[in-house]
Amino acid sequence: MRDSTADSSAASNASSSPVPPSPQQPPPRIPTHADLFWAFFKIAISGFGGALPWTRRMFVEQKAWMTPQEFNDAYALCQFLPGPNIVNLAAVFGARMRGATGALAAWLGFLGPPFVIMSTVGVLYARYGDAETLRKILGGLAAAAAGLMIATFVRMAEPLFRLRAAATSEQGGVRSLGAQLGARLTPQPFVMLAVVAAIGLFRWPLLWVMAVVVPASILLTWWRR
Amino acid sequence: MKDDILFTLAVQFMIMSLLALGGANAVLPEVHRQAVEVGQWMSERQFADFFAISQAAPGPNVQIVVLIGYHVGGLLGAAVAMLAMCGPTAVLALFFARAWDRFKDTLWRNTVQAALVPISVGLVGATAVVLTRAADTTWAAAGITAASAATTFFTRWNPLYVFVVAGVLGLAGLV
Repeated sequence: MRDSTADSSAASNASSSPVPPSPQQPPPRIPTHADLFWAFFKIAISGFGGALPWTRRMFVEQKAWMTPQEFNDAYALCQFLPGPNIVNLAAVFGARMRGATGALAAWLGFLGPPFVIMSTVGVLYARYGDAETLRKILGGLAAAAAGLMIATFVRMAEPLFRLRAAATSEQGGVRSLGAQLGARLTPQPFVMLAVVAAIGLFRWPLLWVMAVVVPASILLTWWRR
Repeated sequence: MKDDILFTLAVQFMIMSLLALGGANAVLPEVHRQAVEVGQWMSERQFADFFAISQAAPGPNVQIVVLIGYHVGGLLGAAVAMLAMCGPTAVLALFFARAWDRFKDTLWRNTVQAALVPISVGLVGATAVVLTRAADTTWAAAGITAASAATTFFTRWNPLYVFVVAGVLGLAGLV
């Protein structure tokens, strides 16, 4: 859940200063179907709190299957698309290496372990979920998990509130403080707050909210570009 | 009856996975709306439990749908939920990956990308609201939420410690 913030900073770092490939690294070989399956299998069981950091470590640092720049580009695409980011990344990367069956191998490797683990937990929860001890522990955990999500949100939202750099005044005249502020505001914080209110507070259906907000945000961004 | 609910599970999860921009966390408010409010498959407390379990266990955030699917329709429900949530978007990603590279650095692609960022951040904010409402039934729980948020925001401590402390506080009967 902390991946999105970590990624946005990683993405901007790498795009401004791509790391040159070190000469002593062996040339990367194309992973086989089994490689793809086990790589994503390992990512799925080692990731605590989101799989992004583990994916990056394995792909870029350990196996050298991708350069940092390639990884950021692939991840940017998967963030832009709907659906779980790393699941999409597994499919895209698997397909790039070994075609559609490669995508399937990576996808199965990534989703197999959580399916088995969570099904097991589901069985246990159905049986012991109402036990007093477990109720107390889960009450504490749920409260903490909500706090983690708040922190993630604040980290992600903070960059949206930065004003853009002061535009050079075309008229050269003195503009009022309000006009200067208006020129530097972006629509992003307003769009974000509208989504929080519509989905989080009013609990409107996602379909209708997205049908309005996506075109509106694109138009606003285009108009204020 | 059971087939009906599996079908609903598949259709609903597929639709929301295709709509939620920004990953597994962005989809949670809609999952909550469907599972707790519309479908009444589970209580607020159970939803909060499932989220806590999926976060405290290793693995991707999307694994909460397995717990929900299992709760609703057993092992078959778990499989249906995961396939519906992770299958169609992965196929979409495959087709989109080619077009994406072609339109790199075009103005409209950059505009669309910039326009979608605040929406996915807003969805995460909505998730925070929904989870806080579900989890914080007492003042003590609200205190734990606030402490956890502050710790995560201001320090680089491993969130595992936050979970351990919160679990112990819960066990001590504080929540």
